[in-house]
Amino acid sequence: MTTTAVSQHQTKWWSGGKSPFNVEYGKLMMWYFLMSDSFTFGAFLISYGTIRFSQNYWPAPSIVFNTFPGAGEANLPLAFVSVMTFILIMSSVTMVLAVHEGHHGNRKGVVKWLAWTIVGGFAFLGCQAWEWNHLITGEHLVLVNDHLEKWGQSMSHNPWGPQVPHIELQRLGISVAEHEKVFTPGPVAFGGYFYGITGFHGFHVFSGVIINIIMLTMAQTGVFDRKGHYLMIEKAGLYWHFVDLVWVFVFLCFYLI
Amino acid sequence: MAEHFATTEVTVHHEPSSSTKRIWKVFWILLIITIIELGLGLSIYALDLPESLKLLLIKIVIIILSLSKAFYIVSVFMHLGDEIRNLIMTIAVPLLLFTWFIYAFLHDGNSYKNLRNKYDKYYEQRGKQQMEMKKEDKAEKKAEKK
Repeated sequence: MTTTAVSQHQTKWWSGGKSPFNVEYGKLMMWYFLMSDSFTFGAFLISYGTIRFSQNYWPAPSIVFNTFPGAGEANLPLAFVSVMTFILIMSSVTMVLAVHEGHHGNRKGVVKWLAWTIVGGFAFLGCQAWEWNHLITGEHLVLVNDHLEKWGQSMSHNPWGPQVPHIELQRLGISVAEHEKVFTPGPVAFGGYFYGITGFHGFHVFSGVIINIIMLTMAQTGVFDRKGHYLMIEKAGLYWHFVDLVWVFVFLCFYLI
Repeated sequence: MAEHFATTEVTVHHEPSSSTKRIWKVFWILLIITIIELGLGLSIYALDLPESLKLLLIKIVIIILSLSKAFYIVSVFMHLGDEIRNLIMTIAVPLLLFTWFIYAFLHDGNSYKNLRNKYDKYYEQRGKQQMEMKKEDKAEKKAEKK
């Protein structure tokens, strides 16, 4: 359908009177905004990679991210972040379903799926809040100048350097329980990059939720029905999918490799 | 056809698909890829590999899987695959700059590490100590398992 129409107009496509990209202005500009935003995120992640490559040691993600709400001290590497990833994929699906209902001008469907998307967005933000809180307030034994200190993960301290063997601790005359792990200080840059990049992503999720709430109220009050189209939902959808897209790479760079 | 959207701009109408089958199919693809990625991520932890070719290979596979996820999200969820070629190119081509961007900066980081290890004796010593610590710790863990 689209392709036949394109070939029909091919000679006059760029001669004015038509949108050469066959999308409305707002949607095209949303694409360009997202492209520039991807360069912002890309620059952050590449800068993180550069610092990581310049270090002799970098903590493995499965050591840093191994807790789950309500599971206490149990060692569950990557479990919680997989829940977060699932929530974001799911909310991306509900968003694309909202856009799909919008194509058919079905107000009820749009409202229903947008509401679920908002729920997913809040769930993700809640998970992130828990994770940050847990990392900042967590207490980890760190061997500093031959004595033990308790550190949380902050912008200035990283408690996940190489683990100190218990033999070494005995040599220093420090006694710890058998199951307790003691680390040396890790790379300081970890905190700044982690909080900076996941925070910037979280801010995108938050603004996405706000945009979706505005779209929901507009749909509910019949603004789009009066306009005769749901193109606005498509633009909000693009932004929301971009948030999911960025998470794919944040997940990759911080949690997987 | 343009009247369908009732906008002032002249665009050719995209026929909306009637079923959500494609969306759910992509959802399952994304879910399965994510599970495989997690499995590989955990295998890095479980195998406790030292810096090696094998570890690098696992990481490359994870990166390729992530890129395929990105492709599905952009082309199906964001409907870029349904747009005309001009639009796809104007979005995709600038992103190719990332290849050089990534290569140059990671190479720079690596070179910085090598230079520091070469000229900053304290830095090198600390790095060596850390590696020894890691080895000793591993040996202890192995002994515990036995």
